[in-house]
Amino acid sequence: MFEMKIVVESWGRDVSLTGRLDAGSAPDFEKEAIAAVDAAGESVHFVLDFTNLEYISSAGLRSILVLAKRLAPSGGKVVLCGMSGVVEEVIGVSGFDSFLPVAGSRGDALRIVGAV
Amino acid sequence: MESTVRERTFPASLDCLGGFRAFILEENGAEERLPPKRVAHLDVAIEEIVVNICSYAYENPPGKLTIRVEESPEAFAVEFLDNGVAFDPLEVDEPDVTRPLEERDAGGLGILLVRRMMDEVHYSRKGTLNSLRIVVKTPRER
Repeated sequence: MFEMKIVVESWGRDVSLTGRLDAGSAPDFEKEAIAAVDAAGESVHFVLDFTNLEYISSAGLRSILVLAKRLAPSGGKVVLCGMSGVVEEVIGVSGFDSFLPVAGSRGDALRIVGAV
Repeated sequence: MESTVRERTFPASLDCLGGFRAFILEENGAEERLPPKRVAHLDVAIEEIVVNICSYAYENPPGKLTIRVEESPEAFAVEFLDNGVAFDPLEVDEPDVTRPLEERDAGGLGILLVRRMMDEVHYSRKGTLNSLRIVVKTPRER
């Protein structure tokens, strides 16, 4: 089971992920996220809230990497927050926390993108 | 508890990922015998290995994938057997996970996760078969 909710904000997109971001769901996530970038038509940031994300595999990492690379040329950031358990471990092992900002809380994530 | 081995052969297709997971994690009792954190590690390892085999092992997919689950008092082990192209994923160089965004690609991350999350990973070529065996050690009972 995987669900994503995208809320349009002035600074970009506030995205909540729920369930499993795996080889089955990652292509859908990537498609929707890239469509959101294209629809924005200007520099945007993405906050990815993992509070309800139970699982992520390398397929999920790949889709996040595609999103981050797409945003980077215009200065857009992908900020991660709400990580715990195996999701936090996977992000750590892959070193994604070395090139993506990781916020300790949702509030911190919103500050990083200049929302508050 | 004595050692037991259970084996099942599936089509090597990503459509069967749910079936692989259920066979290893539920029917074979990983969820009962291992702490939740280790079950989650096994969950990741299963997906990474199955995705690799289903995507790359066969020139004319889908081939077959046999899964052997070996339970002993000391460990929960899973062996993945395919008769596709000979390939040892442990020989591939590990990605440099300290590189910046612009120099990163997603290659090699799956097997890296398997290596870091399993207690042991072994590859061997058995005749015409690739064997990849992963082991999670069982916590000692008090």
